[in-house]
Amino acid sequence: MKFSEAWVREWVNPNIDTEEMVAQLTMAGLEVDSVEPVAGEFSGVIVGEILHTEPHPNADKLKVCKVNTGDEELQIVCGAPNARPGIRVPLAKVGAILPNDFKIKKAKLRDVESFGMLCAREELGVSGDSAGLWELPQDATVGVDLNSYLALDDQIIEVDLTPNRADCLSIRGLAREVATLNEASLTEPEIKEVKTSIDDVLSVELNSVSDCPVYLGRIVKGVDLTAVTPLWMQQRLERSEIGCINPIVDVTNYVLLELGQPMHAFDLACLAGGIQVRRASTGEKLALLDGRTVELNPDVLVIADKEKPVAMAGIMGGEDSSVTGKTQDIFLESAFFNPLSIIGKAREFGLHTDSSHRFERGVDYELQALAIERATQLILEICGGEAGPITDATSAEDVPLNEPVKLRKSRVELMLGAEFSTEQIQRMLDLLGMHILHQEDESWTMVAPSWRFDIAIEADLVEEIARIHGYNNLPERTPAAQLPLANVPENRLSSRTIPDRLVAQGYREVISYSFIDPKVHQACFGNAPFVEVTNPISADMSVMRTSLLPGLLGTVEYNLKRQHPNLALFENGLVFMPTSERVSTEHLAQIHHVAGLLVGAREAESWTNRKDKVDFYDAKRDVELLLGDKQLNDTEFRPCSENSLFHPGQCAAIIQKDKVIGYVGAIHPVVRKKLDIERPVFAFELTLESLVEVSTPSFKPLGKFPEVRRDIALIVDQEVSGQSLIQTAKKTAGETLFDARIFDIYVGQGIDSNKKSVAIGLTFRDYSRTLNDEDVTALVEGILSALATDYGAVQR
Amino acid sequence: MENLEALKQAALEAVSNAGDLRALDDIRVNQLGKKGELTALLKGLGKLSAEERPAAGASINEAKQVVAQAIEARKAELESAAMASQLASEKIDVTLSGRGSELGSLHPVTKTIRRIEDIFRGAGYTVAQGPEIEDDFHNFEALNIPKHHPARAMHDTFYIDPTHVLRTHTSPVQIREMESGKPPIRAIFPGRVYRCDSDLTHTPMFHQVEGLVVDKGISMADLKGAVSQFLQSFFEADFPVRFRPSYFPFTEPSAEMDIQCTACKGDGCRICKNTGWLEMGGCGMVHPKVFEAVGIDSEEYTGFAFGLGVERLAMMRYGVNDLRMFFENDEQFLQQF
Repeated sequence: MKFSEAWVREWVNPNIDTEEMVAQLTMAGLEVDSVEPVAGEFSGVIVGEILHTEPHPNADKLKVCKVNTGDEELQIVCGAPNARPGIRVPLAKVGAILPNDFKIKKAKLRDVESFGMLCAREELGVSGDSAGLWELPQDATVGVDLNSYLALDDQIIEVDLTPNRADCLSIRGLAREVATLNEASLTEPEIKEVKTSIDDVLSVELNSVSDCPVYLGRIVKGVDLTAVTPLWMQQRLERSEIGCINPIVDVTNYVLLELGQPMHAFDLACLAGGIQVRRASTGEKLALLDGRTVELNPDVLVIADKEKPVAMAGIMGGEDSSVTGKTQDIFLESAFFNPLSIIGKAREFGLHTDSSHRFERGVDYELQALAIERATQLILEICGGEAGPITDATSAEDVPLNEPVKLRKSRVELMLGAEFSTEQIQRMLDLLGMHILHQEDESWTMVAPSWRFDIAIEADLVEEIARIHGYNNLPERTPAAQLPLANVPENRLSSRTIPDRLVAQGYREVISYSFIDPKVHQACFGNAPFVEVTNPISADMSVMRTSLLPGLLGTVEYNLKRQHPNLALFENGLVFMPTSERVSTEHLAQIHHVAGLLVGAREAESWTNRKDKVDFYDAKRDVELLLGDKQLNDTEFRPCSENSLFHPGQCAAIIQKDKVIGYVGAIHPVVRKKLDIERPVFAFELTLESLVEVSTPSFKPLGKFPEVRRDIALIVDQEVSGQSLIQTAKKTAGETLFDARIFDIYVGQGIDSNKKSVAIGLTFRDYSRTLNDEDVTALVEGILSALATDYGAVQR
Repeated sequence: MENLEALKQAALEAVSNAGDLRALDDIRVNQLGKKGELTALLKGLGKLSAEERPAAGASINEAKQVVAQAIEARKAELESAAMASQLASEKIDVTLSGRGSELGSLHPVTKTIRRIEDIFRGAGYTVAQGPEIEDDFHNFEALNIPKHHPARAMHDTFYIDPTHVLRTHTSPVQIREMESGKPPIRAIFPGRVYRCDSDLTHTPMFHQVEGLVVDKGISMADLKGAVSQFLQSFFEADFPVRFRPSYFPFTEPSAEMDIQCTACKGDGCRICKNTGWLEMGGCGMVHPKVFEAVGIDSEEYTGFAFGLGVERLAMMRYGVNDLRMFFENDEQFLQQF
């Protein structure tokens, strides 16, 4: 909210400067966002009247003006297009000093003498339209000092109020706060009951008292809409960024700013019979002031006449009953709407008004009578007219009165960690306007004033005490606590281990958005189901990722376009799997995955001149390193041609205990094409859980007897996997086969085209004795015969 | 015997002239071997009289010893020269880069979260995480943000369905922690959060760290101490920290914490919008309604909570000037961390 400092100072004027006041407000929780002077610093500027203009003899765009200063006539050369006889404008006389220390001197412009300068807003440091001279009101007194005439010695202060401090959404509220912080007294403007001169009334019927327990109305007849809103009022509205519309609307807005009571004025001629405050019926329509017509529903509270809704209560008035230039008689409304009845309604219709902003947060429920008197008083002053008596429809038992709250000194001291005297607390409660119901020993029971909607429990009062005392005056302390040692399971890796390993393996971590483009999801996973954001920020960020790889592939595409051809990237985070039954978050699978990918050269370019590109086995090595030796024994890599993201011939499902824990493979060329990635990408993705669960080491005695190595070379079908040969060998020879590994694969000359030659190194060791030649030969024979049986392997 | 001295001199000269180890070994064999010239002299002793023999034998042996020593010395010389020449021939350019792959890197957000974790772990805080798709209860209701509360509008929530949201803050993990554990609690909760907002200074996803301490006798003084110490520790700087009253539905009293602007040291500059202070996050004493929602007696226990924006901390710590870079993942950006 923006407000005029001078206005607040009319209510309360402690002996502090602007800077101090701003600092106080900020430190009391009313954060000041900006302070801007209404005008620049200048002197010697008065209201001048242009009497006569004529073209400059030597310049097309200049005019020579005769200007009345009140006691003399000056010749001034001026270039503004709107310079014309009859208007009143700011005149900087010779000797005047404008902002930025710009001194006005007698000058000659193209041989014509000029004794001063006529000013635009901008030249005086005033915001607003600066297209030409600043045209002042026609009734401005010629010759008076501009600063005092326009009250320009003022600052516009903008406070960013938190939702609990609706009481400060008015000059009255802000002044109250300043008074409290400075223990200063408040000077309220004199608001007297207006003398009624007519008896006209409009009946008011409250059909939904819990929504609207207080409604005050009054007829004012014979108002003159041709009257002009006084300059001082215009300025105050302008400084709070409220535009002037007509004197009646301006007055209601002024009272809203001054007291915090949103009001409304209807054109009495457009109301059919008495007022009803009721819920709308389904399908009822209302043309709003902003020109839109909305269809209402029974959740919406309306002000209606006997026939139709005429306003959306507390939010916006209707177009048809609004006050216009033709209006003669008005009906003024000053009501209290329950915040719960207004909250969310404006937003439902895409509205946010000064009125809804206040009613949603809470308006002082004792303010309505004062506000309607104030508004009537101002209307009569400006527009004339005759006021009728107030119709007061109030259902006292439905007003959401503040409840008594108890405050204990002991609680204040416990919560704040500081000591207070009873007198200190008592004084602060008084400053806050609390109505103490009773006090015993060191506790108080009180009711918060009607303007405070945020004092419901003891903690709220503790905050008030802390606020008035000053948060920065509270002590600081290092929290003390017991130091129990935590349970540290050894069979779970720390959450840092896997990322650290990947970093050591050369991978860079990326963080990508958890929501991806449906097109990317489709490209990677076809029609696989996903969880969707119902209100995405844009259509290409609407699908919750079911895999980390789309995000990583997006990063690849981004970097390839920026001349980073060699990439090793990983991400570590949640993926979101839809389940048929989504009744709670527990039923929606949010699984922690880790994924990585490789693109380009295996090694950074260097003098070694190794230019190998990464391939499947680089990605697989990195998966194996993540799994570690121990886990690798329990992990199977099974050829997989069904994963749409991967190349059908270069992909393995990673399996532990019959469960797929992830995949490693080459990204499918078709997917790459759709994602605009030209280079081959090799990737893996696993559940983090499968990686962090490890076993605690358990010692085995060291082998004392020598190892024996035998190599065998076999011819098998191309289709036979290396892993199956090793598994069969291990199964056949048992634990004595200490290690078996493929050390060569040969395809080509001398081998049938559908066959390959596989060389396997077998290492045998027995824990209890030295193996002799016969033992080993028998074991090798056994393995060969098993491989022949299972896979038709022929020794080469 | 007269030629013993000549033989010895000839042998010594040959030794000093030997150009390599093989030539030297040949000399050794020729002179000292079984058929060597000096050895032959010993064999000739038999021709001498018994009186002459000992002296002659001693002379010959002495000559042999002198030659043998010369050979050893020359051998050492030649060996060291050979090593020197081998070493010279094996010299390489040690300024060339090492072979093999380079080290990767952690994302600056991860680095920052780890730093925060380390600071708090050092004081005995635990670290926990929660789901990112949250239910309405944990994200709002339990945090004293009922339906239509104005604070909900400030959250710019992404919805999955009417009762599930992408969590708008890490505060729901507070609730989960208090539901599953009993006080005393000292924990922090880092993670991703989501807000439907995107411009120069907002991304629809970012990271927060939430902190929670619940115990008997915890006060605002403890909150101020913990948060100030953290900020000073994180930035390794002894700057002033200030607390301003604010409003969060789940804390009462509530505060925002500012640090003195690190750029201008409080004088006011563009970075701090001339206030001299930088907003670091929100904090406060746990609201009794929050305790009520998780079944903790607020008369017995009090607690504080705080929330910090990770990207903001990372930007200030590392001097990153554009929030969006964190999620573009440009290699040139990543390799700096």
